[in-house]
Amino acid sequence: MKLDCKHVWEHISGYLDRQLDAALLEAVEKHLENCEVCSAVLDSTRNVLVLTADDRTYELPVGYSERLHDRLRAAMRGETG
Amino acid sequence: MKAAQTTNEAVLIGRILAGETELFHELIRPYERLVYVTIFAILKNETEAEDGAQETMISAFRHLKSFRGDAKFSTWLVTIAMNEARKRLRKGKTAAEDSLDATVEDHEGGDYTPAVLTDWREIPLEALEKKELREKLRAAVANLPEKYREVFVLRDIEELNQEETAAALGINVTLVKVRLHRARIMLQKALVPYLKSEAPYVAEGKPARGGFFRRWFA
Repeated sequence: MKLDCKHVWEHISGYLDRQLDAALLEAVEKHLENCEVCSAVLDSTRNVLVLTADDRTYELPVGYSERLHDRLRAAMRGETG
Repeated sequence: MKAAQTTNEAVLIGRILAGETELFHELIRPYERLVYVTIFAILKNETEAEDGAQETMISAFRHLKSFRGDAKFSTWLVTIAMNEARKRLRKGKTAAEDSLDATVEDHEGGDYTPAVLTDWREIPLEALEKKELREKLRAAVANLPEKYREVFVLRDIEELNQEETAAALGINVTLVKVRLHRARIMLQKALVPYLKSEAPYVAEGKPARGGFFRRWFA
Protein backbone atom coordinates (compact mmCIF):
# COMPACT_ATOMS: atom_id res chain seq x y z
CA MET A 1 0.00 0.00 0.00
CA LYS A 2 1.40 3.38 -0.99
CA LEU A 3 -0.07 6.56 0.48
CA ASP A 4 0.22 10.18 -0.54
CA CYS A 5 0.38 13.01 2.01
CA LYS A 6 -3.34 13.78 1.95
CA HIS A 7 -4.19 10.20 2.81
CA VAL A 8 -1.69 10.18 5.65
CA TRP A 9 -3.30 13.31 7.13
CA GLU A 10 -6.63 11.54 7.21
CA HIS A 11 -5.13 8.95 9.52
CA ILE A 12 -3.17 11.22 11.87
CA SER A 13 -5.79 10.98 14.59
CA GLY A 14 -6.18 7.22 14.24
CA TYR A 15 -2.42 6.87 14.27
CA LEU A 16 -2.09 8.83 17.52
CA ASP A 17 -4.83 6.71 19.08
CA ARG A 18 -3.12 3.55 17.81
CA GLN A 19 -6.25 2.50 15.98
CA LEU A 20 -4.89 1.76 12.52
CA ASP A 21 -4.93 -1.82 11.32
CA ALA A 22 -1.59 -3.46 10.64
CA ALA A 23 -1.42 -2.85 6.88
CA LEU A 24 -2.42 0.79 7.14
CA LEU A 25 -0.09 1.38 10.06
CA GLU A 26 2.82 0.02 8.09
CA ALA A 27 2.00 2.21 5.10
CA VAL A 28 1.66 5.32 7.26
CA GLU A 29 4.93 4.64 9.07
CA LYS A 30 6.75 4.03 5.82
CA HIS A 31 5.48 7.33 4.48
CA LEU A 32 6.41 9.18 7.67
CA GLU A 33 9.98 7.91 7.47
CA ASN A 34 10.48 9.64 4.17
CA CYS A 35 8.24 12.67 4.44
CA GLU A 36 9.23 15.67 6.55
CA VAL A 37 5.99 17.46 5.87
CA CYS A 38 3.85 14.69 7.30
CA SER A 39 6.23 14.13 10.20
CA ALA A 40 5.81 17.80 11.05
CA VAL A 41 2.04 17.51 10.89
CA LEU A 42 2.16 14.49 13.16
CA ASP A 43 4.54 16.12 15.65
CA SER A 44 2.57 19.32 15.87
CA THR A 45 -0.74 17.49 16.31
CA ARG A 46 0.80 15.37 19.02
CA ASN A 47 2.08 18.52 20.69
CA VAL A 48 -1.42 19.93 20.76
CA LEU A 49 -2.54 16.83 22.63
CA VAL A 50 0.37 16.96 25.05
CA LEU A 51 -0.54 20.53 25.82
CA THR A 52 -4.20 19.61 26.22
CA ALA A 53 -3.40 16.87 28.72
CA ASP A 54 -1.37 19.29 30.83
CA ASP A 55 -3.30 19.98 34.03
CA ARG A 56 -2.16 23.58 33.91
CA THR A 57 -4.04 24.24 30.67
CA TYR A 58 -7.36 24.03 32.49
CA GLU A 59 -7.14 25.15 36.09
CA LEU A 60 -9.81 25.25 38.76
CA PRO A 61 -10.75 28.61 40.27
CA VAL A 62 -9.41 29.19 43.79
CA GLY A 63 -11.96 28.06 46.38
CA TYR A 64 -14.02 26.15 43.82
CA SER A 65 -14.25 22.96 45.84
CA GLU A 66 -15.28 24.70 49.09
CA ARG A 67 -18.01 26.68 47.35
CA LEU A 68 -19.25 23.58 45.56
CA HIS A 69 -19.63 21.56 48.74
CA ASP A 70 -21.19 24.50 50.61
CA ARG A 71 -23.81 24.91 47.93
CA LEU A 72 -24.46 21.18 47.82
CA ARG A 73 -24.88 21.09 51.57
CA ALA A 74 -27.39 23.93 51.41
CA ALA A 75 -29.32 22.25 48.60
CA MET A 76 -29.37 18.90 50.39
CA ARG A 77 -30.55 20.53 53.60
CA GLY A 78 -33.40 22.19 51.75
CA GLU A 79 -34.40 18.83 50.39
CA THR A 80 -34.42 16.76 53.54
CA GLY A 81 -35.76 19.31 56.00
CA MET B 1 -8.12 -0.45 40.74
CA LYS B 2 -10.89 0.74 38.45
CA ALA B 3 -13.04 -2.22 39.36
CA ALA B 4 -12.52 -1.51 43.05
CA GLN B 5 -13.47 2.11 42.47
CA THR B 6 -16.69 1.08 40.73
CA THR B 7 -17.60 -1.30 43.54
CA ASN B 8 -16.86 1.35 46.10
CA GLU B 9 -19.04 3.81 44.21
CA ALA B 10 -21.89 1.33 43.98
CA VAL B 11 -21.71 0.85 47.73
CA LEU B 12 -21.62 4.59 48.34
CA ILE B 13 -24.58 5.19 46.04
CA GLY B 14 -26.56 2.49 47.81
CA ARG B 15 -25.90 4.08 51.18
CA ILE B 16 -26.72 7.58 49.94
CA LEU B 17 -30.03 6.38 48.55
CA ALA B 18 -30.71 4.63 51.84
CA GLY B 19 -30.44 7.96 53.61
CA GLU B 20 -26.77 8.66 54.31
CA THR B 21 -26.85 11.74 52.09
CA GLU B 22 -23.65 13.18 53.59
CA LEU B 23 -21.73 10.52 51.64
CA PHE B 24 -22.63 12.26 48.39
CA HIS B 25 -19.79 14.69 49.06
CA GLU B 26 -17.37 11.79 49.09
CA LEU B 27 -18.89 10.25 45.96
CA ILE B 28 -18.35 13.31 43.78
CA ARG B 29 -14.97 14.43 45.11
CA PRO B 30 -12.93 12.61 42.41
CA TYR B 31 -15.03 14.26 39.69
CA GLU B 32 -15.05 17.90 40.73
CA ARG B 33 -12.41 18.79 38.20
CA LEU B 34 -13.98 16.72 35.43
CA VAL B 35 -17.32 18.48 35.76
CA TYR B 36 -15.90 21.99 35.94
CA VAL B 37 -13.49 21.60 33.03
CA THR B 38 -16.14 20.01 30.83
CA ILE B 39 -18.45 22.96 31.31
CA PHE B 40 -15.70 25.56 31.18
CA ALA B 41 -14.31 24.29 27.90
CA ILE B 42 -17.78 24.60 26.39
CA LEU B 43 -18.80 27.95 27.89
CA LYS B 44 -15.43 29.74 28.08
CA ASN B 45 -16.54 31.59 31.21
CA GLU B 46 -15.32 30.86 34.74
CA THR B 47 -18.30 32.14 36.67
CA GLU B 48 -20.80 30.39 34.43
CA ALA B 49 -18.76 27.20 34.55
CA GLU B 50 -18.59 27.20 38.33
CA ASP B 51 -22.31 27.82 38.66
CA GLY B 52 -22.97 25.14 36.06
CA ALA B 53 -20.75 22.68 37.92
CA GLN B 54 -22.67 23.31 41.14
CA GLU B 55 -26.00 22.85 39.35
CA THR B 56 -24.70 19.63 37.81
CA MET B 57 -23.80 18.16 41.19
CA ILE B 58 -27.12 19.20 42.73
CA SER B 59 -28.95 17.68 39.79
CA ALA B 60 -26.91 14.49 40.12
CA PHE B 61 -27.88 14.29 43.78
CA ARG B 62 -31.56 14.78 43.00
CA HIS B 63 -31.55 12.19 40.23
CA LEU B 64 -29.21 9.68 41.81
CA LYS B 65 -32.08 7.17 42.00
CA SER B 66 -32.22 7.07 38.21
CA PHE B 67 -28.51 6.23 37.86
CA ARG B 68 -28.13 2.73 36.47
CA GLY B 69 -25.17 0.64 37.42
CA ASP B 70 -24.57 -0.44 33.83
CA ALA B 71 -22.97 2.91 32.96
CA LYS B 72 -20.01 4.38 34.77
CA PHE B 73 -20.89 7.01 37.34
CA SER B 74 -18.35 9.40 35.78
CA THR B 75 -19.96 9.04 32.34
CA TRP B 76 -23.39 9.66 33.82
CA LEU B 77 -22.09 12.76 35.57
CA VAL B 78 -20.44 14.06 32.40
CA THR B 79 -23.70 13.63 30.52
CA ILE B 80 -25.45 15.84 33.06
CA ALA B 81 -22.59 18.37 32.90
CA MET B 82 -22.73 18.41 29.12
CA ASN B 83 -26.47 19.03 29.13
CA GLU B 84 -26.03 21.82 31.65
CA ALA B 85 -23.35 23.41 29.44
CA ARG B 86 -25.52 23.13 26.33
CA LYS B 87 -28.49 24.65 28.13
CA ARG B 88 -26.42 27.62 29.24
CA LEU B 89 -24.86 28.01 25.83
CA ARG B 90 -28.28 28.27 24.18
CA LYS B 91 -29.44 30.79 26.75
CA GLY B 92 -26.45 33.09 26.45
CA LYS B 93 -25.97 32.92 22.74
CA THR B 94 -26.97 35.57 20.22
CA ALA B 95 -28.80 34.60 17.05
CA ALA B 96 -25.80 35.61 14.94
CA GLU B 97 -23.49 33.23 16.77
CA ASP B 98 -26.02 30.45 16.42
CA SER B 99 -26.27 30.81 12.66
CA LEU B 100 -22.49 30.98 12.40
CA ASP B 101 -22.23 27.63 14.11
CA ALA B 102 -24.96 26.21 11.91
CA THR B 103 -23.13 27.11 8.70
CA VAL B 104 -20.00 25.36 9.86
CA GLU B 105 -21.91 22.36 11.09
CA ASP B 106 -23.70 21.80 7.82
CA HIS B 107 -20.44 21.10 6.06
CA GLU B 108 -19.63 17.56 7.13
CA GLY B 109 -17.45 17.31 4.05
CA GLY B 110 -15.50 20.54 4.57
CA ASP B 111 -11.78 21.04 4.27
CA TYR B 112 -10.02 19.61 7.27
CA THR B 113 -6.42 19.65 6.23
CA PRO B 114 -3.64 20.42 8.67
CA ALA B 115 -1.23 23.33 8.48
CA VAL B 116 1.81 22.26 6.51
CA LEU B 117 5.33 23.46 7.19
CA THR B 118 8.31 22.88 5.01
CA ASP B 119 11.02 24.16 7.33
CA TRP B 120 9.79 22.26 10.30
CA ARG B 121 11.91 21.01 13.16
CA GLU B 122 10.48 18.97 15.94
CA ILE B 123 9.19 21.17 18.73
CA PRO B 124 11.34 21.00 21.84
CA LEU B 125 9.23 20.02 24.82
CA GLU B 126 10.45 23.16 26.59
CA ALA B 127 8.39 25.22 24.19
CA LEU B 128 5.27 23.50 25.49
CA GLU B 129 6.06 24.80 28.95
CA LYS B 130 5.18 28.31 27.86
CA LYS B 131 2.14 29.75 29.59
CA GLU B 132 1.15 31.73 26.53
CA LEU B 133 0.80 28.57 24.51
CA ARG B 134 -1.71 27.15 26.98
CA GLU B 135 -3.77 30.33 26.63
CA LYS B 136 -3.68 30.02 22.85
CA LEU B 137 -4.84 26.44 23.10
CA ARG B 138 -7.75 27.33 25.38
CA ALA B 139 -8.79 30.04 22.94
CA ALA B 140 -8.51 27.68 19.98
CA VAL B 141 -10.60 25.02 21.74
CA ALA B 142 -13.18 27.67 22.60
CA ASN B 143 -13.38 28.65 18.94
CA LEU B 144 -14.09 25.15 17.64
CA PRO B 145 -17.62 24.63 16.33
CA GLU B 146 -19.69 23.17 19.14
CA LYS B 147 -20.03 19.59 17.92
CA TYR B 148 -16.28 19.27 17.47
CA ARG B 149 -15.55 20.99 20.75
CA GLU B 150 -17.80 18.60 22.67
CA VAL B 151 -16.05 15.53 21.34
CA PHE B 152 -12.60 17.03 21.86
CA VAL B 153 -13.42 17.99 25.45
CA LEU B 154 -14.60 14.52 26.36
CA ARG B 155 -11.93 12.55 24.51
CA ASP B 156 -8.78 14.62 24.87
CA ILE B 157 -9.40 16.78 27.92
CA GLU B 158 -11.44 14.39 30.05
CA GLU B 159 -9.87 11.30 28.47
CA LEU B 160 -13.12 9.38 28.21
CA ASN B 161 -12.88 6.48 25.78
CA GLN B 162 -14.73 6.42 22.45
CA GLU B 163 -17.66 4.44 23.74
CA GLU B 164 -18.13 6.63 26.80
CA THR B 165 -17.92 9.76 24.66
CA ALA B 166 -20.46 8.37 22.21
CA ALA B 167 -22.81 7.50 25.08
CA ALA B 168 -22.44 10.88 26.77
CA LEU B 169 -23.21 12.76 23.54
CA GLY B 170 -25.80 10.37 22.16
CA ILE B 171 -23.92 9.81 18.89
CA ASN B 172 -22.22 6.76 17.42
CA VAL B 173 -18.54 5.82 17.73
CA THR B 174 -17.78 6.47 14.05
CA LEU B 175 -18.98 10.04 14.42
CA VAL B 176 -16.87 10.42 17.54
CA LYS B 177 -13.79 9.40 15.55
CA VAL B 178 -14.56 11.69 12.62
CA ARG B 179 -15.26 14.71 14.79
CA LEU B 180 -12.27 14.09 17.02
CA HIS B 181 -9.98 13.90 14.01
CA ARG B 182 -11.32 17.16 12.61
CA ALA B 183 -11.12 18.90 15.97
CA ARG B 184 -7.49 17.88 16.39
CA ILE B 185 -6.60 19.02 12.88
CA MET B 186 -8.35 22.37 13.39
CA LEU B 187 -6.40 22.86 16.61
CA GLN B 188 -3.14 21.89 14.94
CA LYS B 189 -3.85 24.54 12.32
CA ALA B 190 -4.61 27.15 14.94
CA LEU B 191 -1.59 26.39 17.11
CA VAL B 192 1.14 25.83 14.54
CA PRO B 193 2.06 29.51 14.14
CA TYR B 194 2.76 29.76 17.88
CA LEU B 195 4.50 26.42 18.13
CA LYS B 196 6.73 27.40 15.28
CA SER B 197 7.79 30.86 16.39
CA GLU B 198 8.31 29.71 19.96
CA ALA B 199 10.53 26.88 18.99
CA PRO B 200 14.24 27.11 18.32
CA TYR B 201 15.41 23.65 17.45
CA VAL B 202 16.63 21.58 20.39
CA ALA B 203 17.56 18.01 19.67
CA GLU B 204 16.97 16.35 23.01
CA GLY B 205 14.04 17.99 24.72
CA LYS B 206 13.39 16.36 28.05
CA PRO B 207 9.96 16.52 29.65
CA ALA B 208 9.96 18.52 32.86
CA ARG B 209 7.11 16.51 34.31
CA GLY B 210 6.44 12.84 33.74
CA GLY B 211 2.71 12.41 33.93
CA PHE B 212 1.06 14.12 31.02
CA PHE B 213 3.65 13.17 28.47
CA ARG B 214 3.25 9.49 29.01
CA ARG B 215 0.07 9.13 27.02
CA TRP B 216 1.49 10.54 23.81
CA PHE B 217 5.14 9.60 24.00
CA ALA B 218 4.84 6.05 25.23
